[in-house]
Amino acid sequence: MAFTNSLELLSFHWVAYTIYSAMILSVIAWFGYNLTREDRKSVFRIPFYWYMAFLVAGGVGHHIFTYNTIPWVSQDIDRHNITPDAKYEFKIKDHKWIGLPKQVVIQCEQTVEFDVHSEDLVYGFGLFRQDGSLVTQMQVNPGTDVNGILDSNDILWTFNHNGVFDLTSTEYSGPAQYSEDGKKDLMLVKNFVKVVGCKDNGGKQ
Amino acid sequence: MSFTKNLIDGTNFDHTSLNALQKVTLRAVVMAFLFYGLVAIEGMIMRMVEVGHSPLNPIPDQFFHPEHFFSIMTVHPIVGIFGSTYQLVFGAFTFLVPFLTKKPLFSVKVANASWLFITIGTALAWIAAFVWNYAPLYTLYWPLPADTHQFHVLGGIVFIVGVALIMVGTLLFIYNIYATIFARVGVHKNKTTKELLISGFGIDGFLNLINKLRGKEPYSKEPALALPVVAIFRGTVDTFLDALVILSAGVLILVYLIFDASGYALDVTAIDALLYKNYFWWGLDLVADGLVLIYVAGSWYLLATLITGQKLFMENVARAALMLELLVSWMVWSHHLLGDQGQPEMMKLISGEMVTAFELLTQGLALFITLVTLWKARPLKMSMELKYLLGGLSGFGLAVPAAIIQADMGMNRVLHNTQWIIGAHVHIALIVGLYMTLYSAVYVLWPLITNGTKLYSSKLSNIHFWLHLIGGIGMGAFMGMAGLNGMLRRHLYVGGEFNPEMIFAAIFGSMLLLAWAIFLYNIVMSVGIKGVVGIFLPSKDKSASYKLEEE
Repeated sequence: MAFTNSLELLSFHWVAYTIYSAMILSVIAWFGYNLTREDRKSVFRIPFYWYMAFLVAGGVGHHIFTYNTIPWVSQDIDRHNITPDAKYEFKIKDHKWIGLPKQVVIQCEQTVEFDVHSEDLVYGFGLFRQDGSLVTQMQVNPGTDVNGILDSNDILWTFNHNGVFDLTSTEYSGPAQYSEDGKKDLMLVKNFVKVVGCKDNGGKQ
Repeated sequence: MSFTKNLIDGTNFDHTSLNALQKVTLRAVVMAFLFYGLVAIEGMIMRMVEVGHSPLNPIPDQFFHPEHFFSIMTVHPIVGIFGSTYQLVFGAFTFLVPFLTKKPLFSVKVANASWLFITIGTALAWIAAFVWNYAPLYTLYWPLPADTHQFHVLGGIVFIVGVALIMVGTLLFIYNIYATIFARVGVHKNKTTKELLISGFGIDGFLNLINKLRGKEPYSKEPALALPVVAIFRGTVDTFLDALVILSAGVLILVYLIFDASGYALDVTAIDALLYKNYFWWGLDLVADGLVLIYVAGSWYLLATLITGQKLFMENVARAALMLELLVSWMVWSHHLLGDQGQPEMMKLISGEMVTAFELLTQGLALFITLVTLWKARPLKMSMELKYLLGGLSGFGLAVPAAIIQADMGMNRVLHNTQWIIGAHVHIALIVGLYMTLYSAVYVLWPLITNGTKLYSSKLSNIHFWLHLIGGIGMGAFMGMAGLNGMLRRHLYVGGEFNPEMIFAAIFGSMLLLAWAIFLYNIVMSVGIKGVVGIFLPSKDKSASYKLEEE
């Protein structure tokens, strides 16, 4: 099992957590009901070591599971040794994107690097589908190295599904990001990324 | 008894019978619940903005303006965490430490100064946002709080002074608690500081476990400090470190603002934004992943033993686990920085993922010990305190895994800064987990602190319970779902982009607001307006302990 894009992961996560929530609430409700019952005979032996093993397996296993099923984890850790198919570098200053291409067209399964620099505040870089769901994101921190060169905030991403994605800042950087009446996000760039050449269910045609 | 008489005089509450310790506790509790109401109203205003413009939406247009919206978002956690939660917890512990150690509180004056500083500080921070729309959010990401192009410098100064006063009040509480614990009077007359320290850090519990494994006699059969006091001792270490970090960050911001106001603006790039984030999150996380979890575990243990009247199951393990929780809380801050590409990968992996996952273990253990302690004492009467305790356990049962899921480099890419973390984790942890635990403590301590005052209506208490539980879980769940659909947590949506999730969150949120109003009504009708005023009048009985004289 591997997730080819973040939408699949989010759907899986929704189902898994909903089942867990229903389970934990039912267990506590059942427990509360039985606390008041006269019957002193225990329904089951509470297996302490199994419970602790379950927690350890849950905590550690979760990361092992995601490492092996979410492709961008290993890619992110090893990104400085991966040569991207394309690289886009731009800046942010005064809540404005500087040097941003009008639209980035990406071929299916291409791995793209976005390197964003901030000249003043902490911003975010986030790509969103047309339904509002998140494709990916990172924080964009300001700062320079000893030579005065702006710090990199780089993310590597492989696109496996066709789509048109909007860009906006995912980190709050003050009210100046919005129009005075709040109706407009001034950092929103509609249709910034376009992915083409994939089959309907993902993957190269 | 008539409605008016109840409203004015309460049931049988007599504020003149309260001693100084009881009154100072109640003062903090009253302020905590008033601030809670303010937070609930703020939350509903923001929720209604996010529902979007519609003829049915009663929220005035000005709240949709970004300056206004984000100034509410800035003070919402300040009022909620410090004005309400801190005060409620500090108030309860100010009573519990003398009660459990059977010693007088070190100083009632210091306790009074503590709640006053926190109240005034919270009010100042709120005023800064209300009057000057100062809105860098509680994260205070550098250099936003010093950005005088967006914010009025005076607003910034007032806000930071307010937060500093809250931290001073916090430090006074800490001093009072430790001075009480270390006072060598009463049962601790012959104890040394070393013995109290060993017990406070839970080392005695750890040594008992080792001796048991080696087949030796326990290191200490009667630990110097009761387990809930150990949790308070341990959690207060994090409270202290957190206060130092927030205070120092406040001083830094204040220096920049004052220089800016004097016409000699300092260079904001002198402070590295990522380094600052690490420092600030290390401190701030000591609240979320430190003192809250430790205080809560201690409260569960106390409540379980008080409700059942029995010893805690696996007490030595619980003592040792509290020590582990403290160490874990110092090493988990990187889970807030998984989306920061400049953060070293090893820190993300070790601090952000692996050590953070330990919280599942420590909190799971606390849950287990509490449940087994209750189970062994069955059958139990489903009292209000037991109901709330089970509610609190459910809250953390939901909220802790929600956070562990996100503290993962893969999941973080799609969940960071979304409503998932603030809804499914933070709001459920605070509103359902923490507050329901605190309500349980309120019901347990009520007869002790009010000298046996009869509660006006147990029916209203029940309605409050169900509205709070369903409202809290429902609101958090729909915020979480919106987060999964891409809704950011620090973003302004005025077009109803995430309806129907926000409409449902608003419906459940209004249940929370109603629950608070019912609780407040029940309390006011129990103590009466005269009683509420009387709590703030000086007490005739200056004693700073609970029923020590009789013993």
